[in-house]
Amino acid sequence: MQAIGDWFQRLYETTGLNFSVFYDAYDWGRYVGGLKMTLLLSITTIVLSLIIGAVGALMQGSPSMLLRLPVNAFVVVFRNTPPLVQLFFFYFGLGTMLPAVEAAGMRVPLLSNVQWAIISLSLFAAAFNVEIFRSGIEAVPRTTIEAAEALGYTRLKAYVHIVLPLAIRVCLPALNNNLVNLLKTTTLAYAIAVPETLYAVKQIWSESQNVFEMMVVLLATYGILVGILVWLMHRWERAMHIPGYAR
Amino acid sequence: MATSWTPDQPIVQCVDVRKSFGALEVLKGISLSVRKGEVICIIGPSGSGKSTLIRCINALQPISSGSIQIEGIEVSDPRLDKLALRRKVGMVFQQYNLFPHKTALQNVMMAPIHVLGQKRAEVEARARALLAKVRLAGKEDTYPGELSGGQQQRVAIARSLAMRPDIMLFDEVTAALDPETVKEVLVTIRELAEDGMTCILVTHEMNFAREVADHVYFTDRGVIVEHGPPATLFTAAKDERTQQFLSQVL
Repeated sequence: MQAIGDWFQRLYETTGLNFSVFYDAYDWGRYVGGLKMTLLLSITTIVLSLIIGAVGALMQGSPSMLLRLPVNAFVVVFRNTPPLVQLFFFYFGLGTMLPAVEAAGMRVPLLSNVQWAIISLSLFAAAFNVEIFRSGIEAVPRTTIEAAEALGYTRLKAYVHIVLPLAIRVCLPALNNNLVNLLKTTTLAYAIAVPETLYAVKQIWSESQNVFEMMVVLLATYGILVGILVWLMHRWERAMHIPGYAR
Repeated sequence: MATSWTPDQPIVQCVDVRKSFGALEVLKGISLSVRKGEVICIIGPSGSGKSTLIRCINALQPISSGSIQIEGIEVSDPRLDKLALRRKVGMVFQQYNLFPHKTALQNVMMAPIHVLGQKRAEVEARARALLAKVRLAGKEDTYPGELSGGQQQRVAIARSLAMRPDIMLFDEVTAALDPETVKEVLVTIRELAEDGMTCILVTHEMNFAREVADHVYFTDRGVIVEHGPPATLFTAAKDERTQQFLSQVL
């Protein structure tokens, strides 16, 4: 580790390229902190958006208008408005309307900016996931569902054990795209001062005056993060492959 | 409403069953009854309502009027307990409709575990026995997509039997099969019939109907034109439409 730090220090001294994160412990700490926040945001919003998306798609396929209507409205609202505006709406709009709570003798907002970012981004991505899951569900043959019905499956049980596992296989490529987008969209949390990677890197370049170098680090960071996500998704796709199953 | 049913009464009782899709009346007053252990075949030209009738029997489609009773359970009752009905009635489809993401064994095991909440170990033993019974021992871990049509259909039969139904419905189960695999499926059904399973078959296999059926119903344009034991119906049909149909298919 020391050798890497020394190398970047020498690079700075000889060429003027200042990758301060790699030799300055303070900058490194801020960068890692940002990275951890980005991972927290990405993982929680991916999981939450998948759950909300699956539940929404189930409700959307329901015979009851009372269940379908709210889901359709949700999809329209969150798909037709910019995610940054949604984030501002939640944090500055709703956030200020919620009562503050007493914590350690201080009055703090009920929900922190990190929590608002997670809520807002999860809902944003979930709206797309609802539509993606729906495309998968519609690809499951009606006759397959009938066979489940004839075996006594309820709608919910058939959905969990038969429809969803088949639908996910159909919609994985589209889901893959949306989750990649979601990971990149976590940078919007910067706008409500969530100390994620972009925020941390911006702080570093403001103080160390190394905008270009930190831009390179930033782009490489997201390139690698998305690369890992795509690799995981492809592994999942392969694991879900059904022998002899052709669509 | 479940009335008290005793095994000496018909296990399936259809009375004046009517079914319309919009303005199109598909079933125009069908009445038939099946006794426990009986095998009945429903034959007739395409579009005569055969498949609709057996789909109505296990409430996959609601009927417009009339009555269908399965062991005294009224299928058209709006408060029908569908699970109770489907525990009694198994159904096999033309297109097999296996769950493609599960192996043959898992296909057979799923419903008893998920729907009836039975223990996995017990269900697995029964499922393996059923697969052996339909001559698919050794194919337990094979996925439906890797099986032939005839093999898939036999898995579908085993899957239905795993629920221990009292009645089996077969909806043109050999219609999508290659001629050489039709036989293996028919052998399986025949063995079931010989074991005393109550079977209702919609079929185009006239020779099979003649051999296994206790009673054959000929339907055309939503009505039962004629019915009787196969020996009578196939050789001495009284109605002109029946004669015409049989002369075309035999």
